[in-house]
Amino acid sequence: MTTTLLAIGTRKGLWLATSEDRRSWSLSPPHFLMTEVPSVGIDVRGGCTRLMVGVRSEHFGPTVVHSDDLGVSWAEPEHGAIRFPADTGAAVERIWQLQPDSADRPGVVWAGCEPISVWRSEDGGESFELCRPLWDHPHRAEWGAGYGGAAAHSVVPGPGSTVHVAMSTGGVYRTTDGGASWQPRNSGISAYFLPGPAPEFGQCVHKIARDAVEPRRLYAQNHHGVHRSDDDGDSWTSIADGLPSDFGFVMLAHPHRAGTVWVVPLVADGERVPPDGELAVHRSDDAGVSWRRLAEGLPTHEYNAVLRDAACVDRADPVGVYVGTRGGEVYASADEGESFTQVAGHLPDVLCVRAAVLP
Amino acid sequence: MTVQVLLPRLLSDCTGGRTSMSLDLPAAATVCALLDAIAVEHPVFDRRVRDETGALRRHVNVYVDGEEVRRLAGLRTPVPSGAEVMVVQSVAGG
Repeated sequence: MTTTLLAIGTRKGLWLATSEDRRSWSLSPPHFLMTEVPSVGIDVRGGCTRLMVGVRSEHFGPTVVHSDDLGVSWAEPEHGAIRFPADTGAAVERIWQLQPDSADRPGVVWAGCEPISVWRSEDGGESFELCRPLWDHPHRAEWGAGYGGAAAHSVVPGPGSTVHVAMSTGGVYRTTDGGASWQPRNSGISAYFLPGPAPEFGQCVHKIARDAVEPRRLYAQNHHGVHRSDDDGDSWTSIADGLPSDFGFVMLAHPHRAGTVWVVPLVADGERVPPDGELAVHRSDDAGVSWRRLAEGLPTHEYNAVLRDAACVDRADPVGVYVGTRGGEVYASADEGESFTQVAGHLPDVLCVRAAVLP
Repeated sequence: MTVQVLLPRLLSDCTGGRTSMSLDLPAAATVCALLDAIAVEHPVFDRRVRDETGALRRHVNVYVDGEEVRRLAGLRTPVPSGAEVMVVQSVAGG
């Protein structure tokens, strides 16, 4: 019998749900009630489970806490896990992403923050070091802020020394030397909100994901545009044909199988609701050549958006797919999106979900 | 000199459960020095009220004898002997 943990971060707290079959769920009382939870990382490497949570109080600021006992107790480094060096003159506003690295780099965790910054921890998320080359990048002055804030919202570690980052607004940046240098990688991604031809950077890429089998293949949900790159981000082509809209925030890649991705389309920039007011996930099994609409068990009357981190997959077989709405509803699929059941309802706005099969 | 400090109940988990304390400070101390003194024993409390640049968080207010320090000299506001200093969250949130 395996247990799956689903962490649900909302505008007003964190809820933990557990299930033996990923169809019926037990929901915890709230953790960090009245505190925003925009990021959660579940680290199951090494046979232990560590929950890392980026919490943010409207009054008392952001911090990272962690739990090694599934939320029974929480620990917070006295002097803070993420703090800008004094010479930057900057202060962390929000922790958008907590991403454990691969199994062969135990203890390494990446964070993406607002203001736009990427951080690396080697002690399981207890202390992070600012990636200075990206902080000092000459493009910084021209990076903008999406509606949610200027943030590095996606950190996607790859094989070797490659890491891809996506920021709003700045687009995709890649390092192939472990963070020593970063290059924009947005060729083929539009930026319709800027005059003239698409620039080298400045795109509002909403989310990126890496193919599990072909690591040089990436997928991007853009601020209008759904794209795939087959060359590690050097160039991107549209894979939006077959979707009801090319707008949305979510991009999920299958953790084991090549070419399978999920998106959750919204109508448009100016109409951020599910098409026809019906929530649906769309899955491609051929790297975006074709798409299938999946909505069994999802509400047929839904006018809330699914935010960029309010969707995730687990690593089970078949893979579980999870989505949460700004209306506080959370749904789980135990069969790769073919059908969903409701995990929770009437929660505050769901900002992030993360799921893992517990070791 | 001694000053009285009132702390927000919401942060009592960062101050060992205390919602007030008496502090002995050097003469001519400032609000910044007062917060520095609290930070020695309660570093998490300090991070809750000041960010890593040392600035008071936007939705935290500090009053010295009833006067909000942003209307005075900010964290450089003097704290006189016998003063009552109140740290409190502002009206914010939804």
